[in-house]
Amino acid sequence: MTTTSTAFLREKMEEGWNRPPVIAPEGEGELLEIAMGPHHPSTHGVFRMDLALDGERVVRLKPVFGYLHRNHEKIAEQISYLASMPYTDRLDYICSLTNNWAYALAVEKLTGQEVPERAEYIRVILAEFTRIQNHASAIGFLIQEMGASGTPLMYAFKEREKILDLFETLTGSRMMCNYMRFGGCRVDVSAAWLEEARKVVAGLPRFIDEFENLLSGNEILMARCQGVGILRPELAVNAGITGPMLRGSGVNYDIRKVDHYGIYDRFKFRVPLGDHGDVYDRYMVRILEMRESITILNQALKEIPGGPVMDPKAKIRGFRPKPGEAYGRIEAPKGELGFYLISDGGPNPYRYRVRPPSLVNLTVLEDMCLGSDVADVVLIFGSVDIVLGEVDR
Amino acid sequence: MLGEGILKGMAETARNFVGSFVSKERLTTVEYPEERIAAIENARVFPFLVYDTADWEAGLRCVACQICEKECPPKCIFIDKSKDKKPDAIGKQQFYPTRFDIDISVCMSCQICVEVCPFEAIKMDNEFELATDDRFGGLLLDRKQLAKPNEYYHQIHPTEAAAVDARLAEEKAKADAKAKGAADAAAAKAAAVLAAKPEGAGD
Repeated sequence: MTTTSTAFLREKMEEGWNRPPVIAPEGEGELLEIAMGPHHPSTHGVFRMDLALDGERVVRLKPVFGYLHRNHEKIAEQISYLASMPYTDRLDYICSLTNNWAYALAVEKLTGQEVPERAEYIRVILAEFTRIQNHASAIGFLIQEMGASGTPLMYAFKEREKILDLFETLTGSRMMCNYMRFGGCRVDVSAAWLEEARKVVAGLPRFIDEFENLLSGNEILMARCQGVGILRPELAVNAGITGPMLRGSGVNYDIRKVDHYGIYDRFKFRVPLGDHGDVYDRYMVRILEMRESITILNQALKEIPGGPVMDPKAKIRGFRPKPGEAYGRIEAPKGELGFYLISDGGPNPYRYRVRPPSLVNLTVLEDMCLGSDVADVVLIFGSVDIVLGEVDR
Repeated sequence: MLGEGILKGMAETARNFVGSFVSKERLTTVEYPEERIAAIENARVFPFLVYDTADWEAGLRCVACQICEKECPPKCIFIDKSKDKKPDAIGKQQFYPTRFDIDISVCMSCQICVEVCPFEAIKMDNEFELATDDRFGGLLLDRKQLAKPNEYYHQIHPTEAAAVDARLAEEKAKADAKAKGAADAAAAKAAAVLAAKPEGAGD
């Protein structure tokens, strides 16, 4: 169903590319400088944007963050490798299992540890569940910023609760799961859990259909999101953007397909790409990625083999990897999450660096928002989908 | 027609609104605290110490090995080891903790202390309504507050507690068999020494 034509979109796109820089006319007044945040309902956490406005139009935007800095990387240098695992839960606190996986992957690369097949399947299942619940909440928060006072958000949370109940049954905690270990997973999944997971997955397509019914054809949403916050693919690639933002601009780069980490090359799934790089495209990419995650889940839940979930010889305590370095990265729901570890042979890492997708994706915020209205800034910021725990660590 | 998308969306919300009066599936909230959802078995909140017999001090499984203190990520466990020993469930003489404090305002419920404990002495509780207005020590739980009986553990985590009990019984059986084997060997050795003593050696 189209209520806007391609020509209109094309026109908007070219306007966005060719818009001259907005300069306040000399002698006709000053720019209005406001600080949006850190206490602000629309900033997804404690984040400040110093905006310089000419009326409603944004002339300059400076992001200021660090309000949630918790010394995660420094703490990791003082405690053992295993003890850093619960801290990684709290990086992107909505997607704790993918954070765990990225860290476990980095340490396994550092030591050359093998992971049993059943553990790989469990990791994929949990990561795709995490992706679904992250995209659902991200869209819900985006719609809330458009003024929908929480209805789509609560629809998303209704489904998310079922997934979080699954996580709690398996790992003991809804959000701070602390489940992956170096060489596998902490405990095995039971047949009852797999049955419950299949039931949840069976109910997901209907939820996404309801969600799309409510949102995708909504004229207000389309009018506010289409043509807003356009990110050109060249800029996206040059700035190191990853995740749904990059794919919304049309660049086909999904680390699950590029790196084949884990056992992702065994599953058939497609990678949705956007055409225009605006907020509506990023929203649609997230919806379609949720559908692709359901495909992966169905395949994984059917094919999961038996066996151990942890190498019995893998050490939990007294773990001292040989000196060396490793960079392990995964396709987290927000983008490329990477862990760079340098080991000096001791029980603690010498250097522990997190490459947070939200931080890198924020570097182009100004480029996307220049020339748009303040209300659009809120939307564009929501479509980047950041979590401050990751940005500030 | 302009506005068709909005009308479809409103039909969706109307369906949910009316449906929440008739179908359980569409009514997703409960009126807490009058109504509660049953706790999930594996849920973990803060640790507690398990004791076996009726006396919490004598039956405490913890032997103050301090492994949990070393592995705790935010370092919220404080243990003082005793100078003397007391017998444990198998009868071996073990140290015990004279002080075992957990600062639950710091604890991040990561469960690593449970994972590394070799004696099944510390387990995760699932009580979360612990808010207090005493900010100077109200959330520092000491040994007595942390010690809870094995029956309580069975109540909150039945499957896990059954597995732990099976493991401990197996360990006890092995220790008993080993002790019996050692006793038998010692008795046989004593009998052999007696038999090998030459006649009339002790005049």
